[in-house]
Amino acid sequence: MHDRIKIFGGLALFIALATFPVWYARATGRANVAPEPKLVNAGKECVNTRAYMREYHMTMLNEWRDEVIRDGKRVPITVAGVKYQKSLTGSCMKCHANKADFCDTCHNYLGVSPSCWDCHNYPGERKHETR
Amino acid sequence: MKRDNNNELSRRGFLKKAGLLGLSVAGAGALMEVVFGDDVLAASAAESSAAVRWAMVVDMTKCAGRDACTDCMTACHRAHNVPSIKSRRHEIKWIWKEPFVNAFPELRGGRLRADLAKTDFIVLCNHCDNPPCVRVCPTKATWRRPDGIVMMDMHRCIGCRYCMAACPYGSRSFNWMDPRKALDEKAINQDYPTRTKGVVEKCDFCAERVDHGRLPVCVEACKEKALAFGNLSDAKSNVSKLCAGRFAIRRKPELGTRPEVYYIV
Repeated sequence: MHDRIKIFGGLALFIALATFPVWYARATGRANVAPEPKLVNAGKECVNTRAYMREYHMTMLNEWRDEVIRDGKRVPITVAGVKYQKSLTGSCMKCHANKADFCDTCHNYLGVSPSCWDCHNYPGERKHETR
Repeated sequence: MKRDNNNELSRRGFLKKAGLLGLSVAGAGALMEVVFGDDVLAASAAESSAAVRWAMVVDMTKCAGRDACTDCMTACHRAHNVPSIKSRRHEIKWIWKEPFVNAFPELRGGRLRADLAKTDFIVLCNHCDNPPCVRVCPTKATWRRPDGIVMMDMHRCIGCRYCMAACPYGSRSFNWMDPRKALDEKAINQDYPTRTKGVVEKCDFCAERVDHGRLPVCVEACKEKALAFGNLSDAKSNVSKLCAGRFAIRRKPELGTRPEVYYIV
């Protein structure tokens, strides 16, 4: 065991590096940089609560889609006295007009690329996204 | 089957066979219904009796001869972000002009009015009462609404093109390339989505406008008022009156698709 120092030193270094994410998060108190989508519609009421929208906005959009296209139910929904069409471009993007700072922030963070924008337009779209 | 010495069918055997034959004939109708669903029955049914039956009447007496006019087509394609692709292999069409012999091939020959053969007809999706495209769609991306509009759900289309093969009018176009590459960025209608590569599209009678009580774009755009849109189930509607008072033809009625676009000639 002439190389005791090298072996145990190397092992210690390996363990330290391998567990880096664990002790770094412990030491600094944060695991990663959380996405911070920017709201430009401050003060205005959304069609549902923040918690619901955060978790289920895609489900809600799918439901809207099916109601509008498949069932022809285009009657607007009323939230806090304001009428909203069940429409991504027509309603959502009117308030959340900043796709890059709002939608993309989380989508990029989570590594999801929703196919909505293959067809649907968004405000200020200078060059269409093409595939 | 028991046979007597002369190898002839016995009375009992004959009755058994006759019974089986009768049963199989009676069962065939039920079997057809199971295999083909309601479509076969619908094909033999009379015209739709729904309360609302959207239809279009094209008055060719007003439209004919205006070869330079493309108002309805331009307005429709602009409103729905339909790209103009020159290549005939890739082109996308919702409403376009077709020579008489192509639109009404079964009327070719015979002694028709001479001017008809030289007329270009405005053609679009016929929104058939018995649409063959709907019958073949494996994902129900296209279906017939109760009010007669043959609708498309682009979210659901897998681009198999069965509907294109089934449509006898060539009303459907396939997006071989991303249509956004062929669209003019400045002229794009921001309120209507584009399509994506790999889906089939066609005229949907402006369902998004009709549901809000507005007329289709092409009808509004026609300065000659050659296009009329309305409810055929309502005897007092403009289209009902036009069809009742003038001679109108439909495209390929012999196929039993019962198209709901009428041409006054």
